[in-house]
This record gives sequence, structure tokens and C-alpha cells, in this order.
Amino acid sequence: MLRFRRGDAGFSLATRLAAALVLLILGGVLVSLTIGALPVFRALGLRFLYSSSWNPVTDKFGALPAIYGTVVSSLIAMLIAVPVGIGIAVFLTETCPARLRRPIGTAVELLAGIPSIIYGIWGLFVFAPLLQRTLQPALIWSTAKVPVLSSLFAGPPYGIGILTASLVLAIMVIPFVAAVSRDVVATVPPVMKEAAYSLGCTTWEVVNEVVLPYTRVGIIGGVMLGLGRALGETMAVTFVIGNAHRIKASLLAPGTTISATIANEFTEAVGSLYTSSLFALGLILFLITFIVLAIGRYMLMRLERRYGAS
Amino acid sequence: MSLCAGAAGLGLGCLLVILGTLLWHGVGGLSLGVFTKMTPPPGDSGGLLNAIAGSLIMTALGVAIGAPVGIFAGTYMAEYGRKSKLTAVVRFINDILLSAPSIVVGLFVYTIMVAPRVRVSIPIPQQLVSALGSKIEFTLGGHFSGLAGAVALAVIVIPIVVRTTEDMLLLVPQELREAAAALGTPRWLVIRRVSYRAARAGIITGVLLAVARISGETAPLLFTALNNQFWSVKLNAPIASLPAVIFQYALSPYDDWQRLAWVGALIITLAVLALSISARALSVQRKAQ
Repeated sequence: MLRFRRGDAGFSLATRLAAALVLLILGGVLVSLTIGALPVFRALGLRFLYSSSWNPVTDKFGALPAIYGTVVSSLIAMLIAVPVGIGIAVFLTETCPARLRRPIGTAVELLAGIPSIIYGIWGLFVFAPLLQRTLQPALIWSTAKVPVLSSLFAGPPYGIGILTASLVLAIMVIPFVAAVSRDVVATVPPVMKEAAYSLGCTTWEVVNEVVLPYTRVGIIGGVMLGLGRALGETMAVTFVIGNAHRIKASLLAPGTTISATIANEFTEAVGSLYTSSLFALGLILFLITFIVLAIGRYMLMRLERRYGAS
Repeated sequence: MSLCAGAAGLGLGCLLVILGTLLWHGVGGLSLGVFTKMTPPPGDSGGLLNAIAGSLIMTALGVAIGAPVGIFAGTYMAEYGRKSKLTAVVRFINDILLSAPSIVVGLFVYTIMVAPRVRVSIPIPQQLVSALGSKIEFTLGGHFSGLAGAVALAVIVIPIVVRTTEDMLLLVPQELREAAAALGTPRWLVIRRVSYRAARAGIITGVLLAVARISGETAPLLFTALNNQFWSVKLNAPIASLPAVIFQYALSPYDDWQRLAWVGALIITLAVLALSISARALSVQRKAQ
């Protein structure tokens, strides 16, 4: 009996420690990044956050171009990925023939599992040249006389640049948004949909008036999770964004993101200030994604609670 | 509503286009040499053997470290601490770690394992003393190493396994546990003999998904395992990996390097797809039972 009791105590302790380790990892990440980032904040102060010059030779570091590139590319990606992802989710749950539901759902999930470096190499060798020949000249030509848009799509079509990175990001995030939204949409009680159908609503009206309002919180949560993914995405972006520490109004110009900067420059960084500024970028990225992901999770939890209660 | 169908078509189209271009560029370079030769200098023929070996080693080690931790943590959340505060906090944090940027994990492991230097000496058990000597002595850290790469991958494995383990254990009917407990079985044996067995397929699915995820991870390896042009399976030295080689070769100006990058990309994608599909098949089997 004693052996059993000892076994139980040991096993229980081991599982508890493992659970605590998850918290320890988060704490470790935060502490290590903060310690790594301290020197640059001590040397440059908050100027690091809003300065846009990045010159390792003269020890000038500013995070603004990287933050700008990260936020802009992710937002454009979400602008495309959200409608398409929700569309896929609605298609899979409402209108898809039952026989195709599983294969298409599986295909979308497989798309979500493809490693980001594959999207990167595909974006660099296939997608970017394609955009350079087709979409980008078309955008430049068609917006040339429109006041605001012309500066948004100004300059030569490089192929690589913020717009290309956004599109590759969008392709990566679509399956993720679709998968989360599908799970959320599936929580709508059939009774509500059937009631709407019995009133003579069309499928479109059911989706628009019943399904989407009912699942709004959950879908926003899913979108936030997708945004978190897009913000932190590294390899796919590094290949196609052009890696230039500049803020240009034109979306066709090369830019950089936080993760691309770290991936490209960390192993080559000499001098403590250079390394430290990359750690500071990492800290900023982690804090931004943490907040976005936490909001997303919180919203999904609210939906789960309501769903669990009803 | 046809817009929705169009969206689904777009998603499927992307998958097909990406797979198509991978096959188009990759299959041509696929030969026996890819699996038997080392990564070449530019202008020379060669293969990806050292990168494949490095990837296999680090992935295996990453899962070997991460999966037990993840399964244990998931066990705590679903069995011992089902209603505890720790569980609620861990669940929230774990879900965030699930999507946290992997490059930050690379920075973290760099700080704890690559930057500092530690002297380690592990005595080998009497039964195993042989060609290995009586103890393993080495210096950890101070330089990039395969072990650091494996730890970085393990940090990514943990949240995935925690999530699936907890979900799967929560699906095990409470009656099974109660029946076992009524026979006088202590808690930990109930968990091992009943809960784990009932949830086995689901837990294995989670581990397989984690393997699929880390076998293509690049960002956390860049500053931990770095890369290696030569054959090396030493965990205490920089080690090559497929993703890192793809990254280096794809961005190089040399044609034959770029061709090898495509071949590597094809290998990784096929491996990841095979893993995800078998994980899915396993979970379908479970549902059918």
C-alpha cells in the first residue's frame, strides 16, 4: 500500500511540475528578452521606439520601420484573409455538399500545416515574379491618377515588398482563420437556424442574420488569433519583404518586419548594442502578439462559457 | 453564397498550386545523391544527407524532451487539478504559447543555452559502461549547438501536446475512472491504466501533429543549432537542418543551391503532409471505435 501511495504522490508531483514548467517557459521568455533588451533602452531610451534610422555601423538603432512593416503587412493580410477564411467556414458548415465536407475541410487544415519556409521559397521564386509581371504593374497603372492610391502604389514593381509579404501572409493565415471560424460557426444551435429557415429565410439571410451575429465574439477571437500568427510569422516574410529599414508610403517598396530583422541580422550582429536592439525588437514583438493573442483567447473563452451554459 | 464556395475554391487552389510548384521544381532534382551526399560548395554536385540527419536528430530529441513534459502537464490539468487555479492559468498561457512567434523562442533558448558556458559531467550507469567510457563530460553553451536546437523545438512541442492531451483526457468518461477507483486502484494507476489507454490515439495524434509542426520550423533553429556545411551529428556542435539549409540555399545566387533548396522543400512538405494525414487517420479511427 505504501508503494502505491508513494507512487501517487510522485506522479502527482511530476504532473504538477510539468504544468508549472509551462508558466516557467513564459516567464523565462519574458525575463530573457527583457534582460537582453535593457542595454539598448539604457543607451537610447524610448527614442529606440520611435526613431526610424537603423545603422549598425554608427550604433544608431530605431525600431519604427520594423514595427511599421510588421503592423502594416499583418493588417493587409488580415483584410484579405478574414473574409476569405469566414467564407470558407460558412461554405463548409452551411452550403457544402455533405460528401465534400470532409475532404475540403482536411485540405484546408493541411494547408495550415505546411511549414512557413515553404511559403517563403514559393513566394520568392513563384509568387513575387508573378506579381511583378501582373498585379503590380496593373496597380501602378490603374491608380496613377488617383490622389491617395497613387502614392500607395508608387515606384517600380520590384516583385518583393510589403504588398507581396502581405499576400503571402494572407495565404498562410486563411486556413487558420477558416479552421477556427468553422469550429465557432458549428456552435450555433441548429434550432436557431431551423427557426429562421422555417420563416422563409434564404441561406444568405440565415448566415447574415443568425449565424454571424450569434458567433461574432468567437469569430473576432479567431481573427485575433490569426492576427497573432501573422504578426509573429518569420520565414515566409523574410523571403519576400525585401529587408529594408525604411518607411515608404508605397506598399510596393521593400520594407522589413520585426521577425525578419531578427532572423536576418541576429547571427551577424556584432557589438552589444546591436544584439541588444534585436532583443528589444523581440520583446516588442512578443508583447504585441501576447496582447493580441490574449484578447483573442479571452473572446473565444467567453463564447465557450456561453455555449457551455446554454 | 457562391462567394463562400469561391473562397473555399481559392483555399483549395492555393494548396494545389503550392504542391504543384513544389513537385515541378523539386522532383527534377530528386535523386539518390540527395540522400547519400553532403551539402555541396557552390558549383559542385551534392545532396542533403547532413541536413536530413540533423533535422531527424533534432526533431526526435525535441519531441523526446517536449512530449513527456506536455503529456504530464496535460495530465495534471485534466486529472489532478481539473478545477484548480493553476490549471486555468496554465490553459490560458499555454494557448498563447501555442501561437507565440517561434523566432522569440529562438532568442530565449539562445539566452539560456548558447550564450552562457557550463561544464557538465554525467556518470554513465555501470551496466552501460562500454565504448562510451565511464562518464560523459562536455561543456555546454558558449557556442551554437544541436542540443540548443532540440530544446528550442521542445519549447514549441510542449504547448501543442499539452493542449491535445488535456482535451483527450477530458473526453474520457468519468465512469471509467470511478469504476477503476471502486476496485481500489490508486489514482496514478487509474490514470496510467485507464485514462491513458482510453485517450491513447488522441495523445499520439497530438504528438504526431507536434512532430509535423517542428519538422518545418526554421526560425528557432537559426540562432540555436545554426547550420553546418559538413557531416556532424554531435549535439554539442552546430548542426545542419533541412529548413536552415533551404533558407541559406534559396537566398543564394547559385542555381544548383537553389535547386537543392527546392528538393529540400519538397522533402519537408511531403514529410509534414504524411505526418498530418496519418495523425488525422488515427483520430478518425478513434472516432469510429
